[in-house]
Amino acid sequence: MTLHNIKLTVNGLPVEAAVDDRLTLADFLRHQLNLTGTHIGCEHGVCGACTILVDNVSARSCLMLAVQTDGLAVRTVEGLQATDGTLHPLQAAFRDNHGLQCGYCTPGMLMTLVEFLGENPQPSAADVREAISGNLCRCTGYQRIVESALDAAKRLNEQEP
Amino acid sequence: MKPPPFAYHSATSIPEAIQLLSKLENAKLLAGGQSLMAMLNLRYLHPENLVDINRIPELSGITIDQGRLRIGAMTRQQAIKASAEVKAAAPIFAETLAYVGHRQTRNRGTIGGSLCHLDPAAELPALALLHDAMVTVAGPRGERKIEMAAFIVDYMTTAVQADELVTLIEFPLWRAGHGYGFAEFARRHGDFAIAAVACLMESDSEGRMTRVAISVAGVAATAIRLTAAEAALIGKVAGPEAFAAAAACCADIAAVGDVHGSAEYRKKVAAVMLRRALTDAQSRMAKNG
Repeated sequence: MTLHNIKLTVNGLPVEAAVDDRLTLADFLRHQLNLTGTHIGCEHGVCGACTILVDNVSARSCLMLAVQTDGLAVRTVEGLQATDGTLHPLQAAFRDNHGLQCGYCTPGMLMTLVEFLGENPQPSAADVREAISGNLCRCTGYQRIVESALDAAKRLNEQEP
Repeated sequence: MKPPPFAYHSATSIPEAIQLLSKLENAKLLAGGQSLMAMLNLRYLHPENLVDINRIPELSGITIDQGRLRIGAMTRQQAIKASAEVKAAAPIFAETLAYVGHRQTRNRGTIGGSLCHLDPAAELPALALLHDAMVTVAGPRGERKIEMAAFIVDYMTTAVQADELVTLIEFPLWRAGHGYGFAEFARRHGDFAIAAVACLMESDSEGRMTRVAISVAGVAATAIRLTAAEAALIGKVAGPEAFAAAAACCADIAAVGDVHGSAEYRKKVAAVMLRRALTDAQSRMAKNG
């Protein structure tokens, strides 16, 4: 076992850490940085619960090693809300539309949708369903999640100008 | 810790990667990691060393010249899907890549990684076989080029040696206006294919097919070319009658069944996917032939 020194930013803040060879990014975020908002489900890239952004694109944090993020910018669900605690429009839309039940899949859904809505400001329900096809939810039947995403798109568009 | 213990190494150049592979015992290359990391977390694999090739810039990039599409081995699947240049020259790529995993896995997953992993249901090896792609491999004995048909050795087994890495995949492009089709059946979007068929088509001014390529994923132990169906189509007028005859060739595929679908079922689904892909290809061929 070797420890590797890494420097990265997490939610815009600089982080320096020493990480083991085989530490996954998901475990690094949760256990070493105490950012437990990123959830771990299957740990083999199927459920999408651990989705985060690496250099602004979505990725499964269970399928990356912490050591690979040296020099990169990581964004987690904790980085969505404003510094004063105001919810991101996507989070507010999930709250208002009952977009979550147990909440386990929610961080992954949010991080997937942040990227998706950034590229597709006016999606159809079918587009949203395809976008979240890599995120499993066992509570909601997805209906409320799709409604939340469409509402979030509307809110983000109103916010634009 | 989910993965078994290993030592992590990061290479910053192709020669350094080759040197590490030659020197280290039981080493695996870490490309996009979208299959390897899952296999490590499930402890299907126990490599002593991982050589990360994500920090070798010359392994990524897309260029088109002299009728060839060249894609660096570490080019992300999403970058290929999003490339306007690729879409214009070879529209089947964007259509097919929509079926490769999900956005989150395409952002990391690479074309070279998919080819080397060689999952029987993977779409990219089928696309490479469809185009008679040439794979460049670099190792301590220098560089060599392997035709995709020879690159595929057997179930999840390639011609790449333990001390070599894939650097480039070259696709000879079909002429402008060619028809193309891709059809896949899976239980859910993004799941492994029960059967997937890719095809390319050209015809003369009377609608007779002059050139056809067909590849199938998810049915046999590896991606395969359906040469019998290709031969059955050449010289025929594109249409339901010819396509039905081609689809009948799916019965002869050396299909492999598993818990998700028996061999017989996969062959039947392949025949349906083949008809759909051929029909799409016909409708997309430039009308002036």
